[in-house]
Amino acid sequence: MKSSIPGAGFPAASLLAALTLAGMANAAAVAVPVVPAAPVLPALAPATITVASFPDLDRAVKTALPLWEKLYPQVKVKLVSLQIDDHHNSMTTALAAGARLPDVMAIDFRYVGSFAESKGMEDLLQAPYGAGQYRDRFVPFTFVQATSSRGTLGAMPADLGPGTLFYRKDLMDKAGIKEAELTASWESYIAAGKKLKAATGTYLLAGASDLADIVIRANLKDGEGIYFGDKGQVLVDSPRFVKAFELAKAARVAGIDARTVAWTGEWAEGFKRDKVASQMMGSWLSGHLAKWLAPESKGQWRVANLPAGALASYGGSFYGIPKKAANKAQAWEFIKFMTVNKDIQLHSLKEIGAFPALKAAYADPMMDEPQAYFGGQKTRLLARETAAKIPVIRVDKFDAVARDIVNMELESVLAQDKDIKTALADAKALITHRARR
Amino acid sequence: MSAPSASLAQGASAPARPAKRRFDRKKWAPYIFISPFFILFAVFSLFPLLFSIYLSFNQWEAASGVEAMQWVGLDNYKYALSDPWFLRSLGNTVWLALASGVPQHLVAIPLAAFIHNSFKRSRNLVIGIYFLPFITSSVAIAMVFNTLFSRDYGQINVLLEWCASLPLVGGLFPAESIDWLGSSLFIKPAVAFVIFWRYLGWNLVLYLSALQVIPKDLYEAATIDGASTRQQFWYITLPQLRPMIYLAVTLTIMGNLQLFEEPFVLVAESSGVSQSVMTTAIFVYKTAFSSGDFGTASAISWLLFLIIASTTWVNNRIFSRNERREAK
Repeated sequence: MKSSIPGAGFPAASLLAALTLAGMANAAAVAVPVVPAAPVLPALAPATITVASFPDLDRAVKTALPLWEKLYPQVKVKLVSLQIDDHHNSMTTALAAGARLPDVMAIDFRYVGSFAESKGMEDLLQAPYGAGQYRDRFVPFTFVQATSSRGTLGAMPADLGPGTLFYRKDLMDKAGIKEAELTASWESYIAAGKKLKAATGTYLLAGASDLADIVIRANLKDGEGIYFGDKGQVLVDSPRFVKAFELAKAARVAGIDARTVAWTGEWAEGFKRDKVASQMMGSWLSGHLAKWLAPESKGQWRVANLPAGALASYGGSFYGIPKKAANKAQAWEFIKFMTVNKDIQLHSLKEIGAFPALKAAYADPMMDEPQAYFGGQKTRLLARETAAKIPVIRVDKFDAVARDIVNMELESVLAQDKDIKTALADAKALITHRARR
Repeated sequence: MSAPSASLAQGASAPARPAKRRFDRKKWAPYIFISPFFILFAVFSLFPLLFSIYLSFNQWEAASGVEAMQWVGLDNYKYALSDPWFLRSLGNTVWLALASGVPQHLVAIPLAAFIHNSFKRSRNLVIGIYFLPFITSSVAIAMVFNTLFSRDYGQINVLLEWCASLPLVGGLFPAESIDWLGSSLFIKPAVAFVIFWRYLGWNLVLYLSALQVIPKDLYEAATIDGASTRQQFWYITLPQLRPMIYLAVTLTIMGNLQLFEEPFVLVAESSGVSQSVMTTAIFVYKTAFSSGDFGTASAISWLLFLIIASTTWVNNRIFSRNERREAK
């Protein structure tokens, strides 16, 4: 199917009108592209499509709906949202039973490998979709993440998470730590942590495992996998993992990590009570920090590149169509609306901090906007720069299993002084056993 | 009213057919009335049961639909039994079952006797207070205990810190905050405590109901004979409670070997220490939904079933042997 959406977006006039009509805040801030010549919207049959999503991604859909309804009044959207793990479990069950499937399925990057491998999803590269024509418009690694070993495309990328170091400027100033000390190397990062702990009693890291996690996934070469090689060989005893484990251990020994696990109450309290001074994560964490994790410390946070020039991808969201969906034509149009449309992508960035996967959005003046939460820093430029450099990483359907096993072995290293080599050898044996199929 | 005579009359004028129909209706009515249960049972219990047996002999990536099933025979069972995490999960389950189950009964029996004897009017209120955790949502419990167990901000550590600052006995308490839910050493006892706390009230109610049917004459006779309260507890209450102890212990064995909720909601799945409280039921869930291996998950469920059935059987033997011995 040839897309009737010109360029990257929809008619600018109608977009602007709809945004204004919908009463969205700062609608005028959304860039207005040059008005394309008489765009023709595809004629869609009336239907109600179901979009299954999860928080906070569902807000991206919710806020884009007024415009969708303006463009396609005959296609109603029913948004169903569950907590992230529940959503993916329920989608797995629905795919297994081949019943009660939504028309559009949102997929988080952690699950995109196994969903793309599943034979229950439409191959979006095939007719009538022909998503291949959009490939060059996206940051390269996002398309690869949603591509199965059979070469099918299970989902379209919506947003991504360039790895970013968030840190508290006020606390660093108090300890006399410069940004360069945090980012020069992993060793200097740990040294800065010690200095910070001594001067302010604050932890630099929420958890030492965060550090290991980013070293594991950083600086991979194009085409390399995180846990598995191209022939399915398990890579967890490679120098990359040894280094990651050693650094995490060094951070634990130095006493600079608060020993909390991301997304737990204790972790959130760490930010609220100024006990944790930095966090490495996808750029989308900015939305969470400003909204609920640390709204009080507005203006004190800054962003920087990851230490030691590390480049890593943290998260991302995708939209796919199940084979047994009832309204595929409308669903595909909706997916294009959410992903190929520059203005909607920018809108999601503004609303939920979801960084666009679509390159056209990167040229927008919105990227230059200073962020009040980050003391006027132009944080999006940094995320843009990182996104462009992130290598194309191979995903494997056993990535989640491998991650679980590596986490457990890391914990034995950190808490029970297990030897690193032995821990990684054990992890390798267990992952090999699990990935037997 | 003469239904029989009417049917006889009808039978005489129009032989067999209407009489037979009425006869059929009467015969089938009870089955039709009772059928909703059997239909629901077949759809929601029997079918999943049979399907999971079938599934345990198949390799199935659920997201690819029913067509993707592949028969692998006993491979899933062999694979599960050779998986170190399965064996570890069994160890965890047994540990948690014992650490939370045994104290439940050791505390519930004397507590029930105490409440039975000491509280008259306010008894129901006291029972209600103990029973409350049992009917509370596990998510609410998780939130409360996460806050209490928190290393830096939790009330338990605040209390311990205060105790450690006491002049004479301070040395008995830990000087540093304990990472209850974050260290592999403390996580198991912490989770076991929550389970104990939650199901104590349930056992208490069982024992209280049993206490109420023990004939009062026994105690009166014992009092006349000069038996002390403790002797009455050992020689009357405990033996009379035996059938209920058997039932309550059986329920605890079955429940505790299927533990899922408490460790699942209390401990962040992504943390390395979550393995220390990963019960077999959680492992089944992880195998199915994280690894996408529904066949192996079914096989593990059936292995767990065999373990529960045999443990219950052993429990039954122990109780019935004791009973036989006493009968002699």
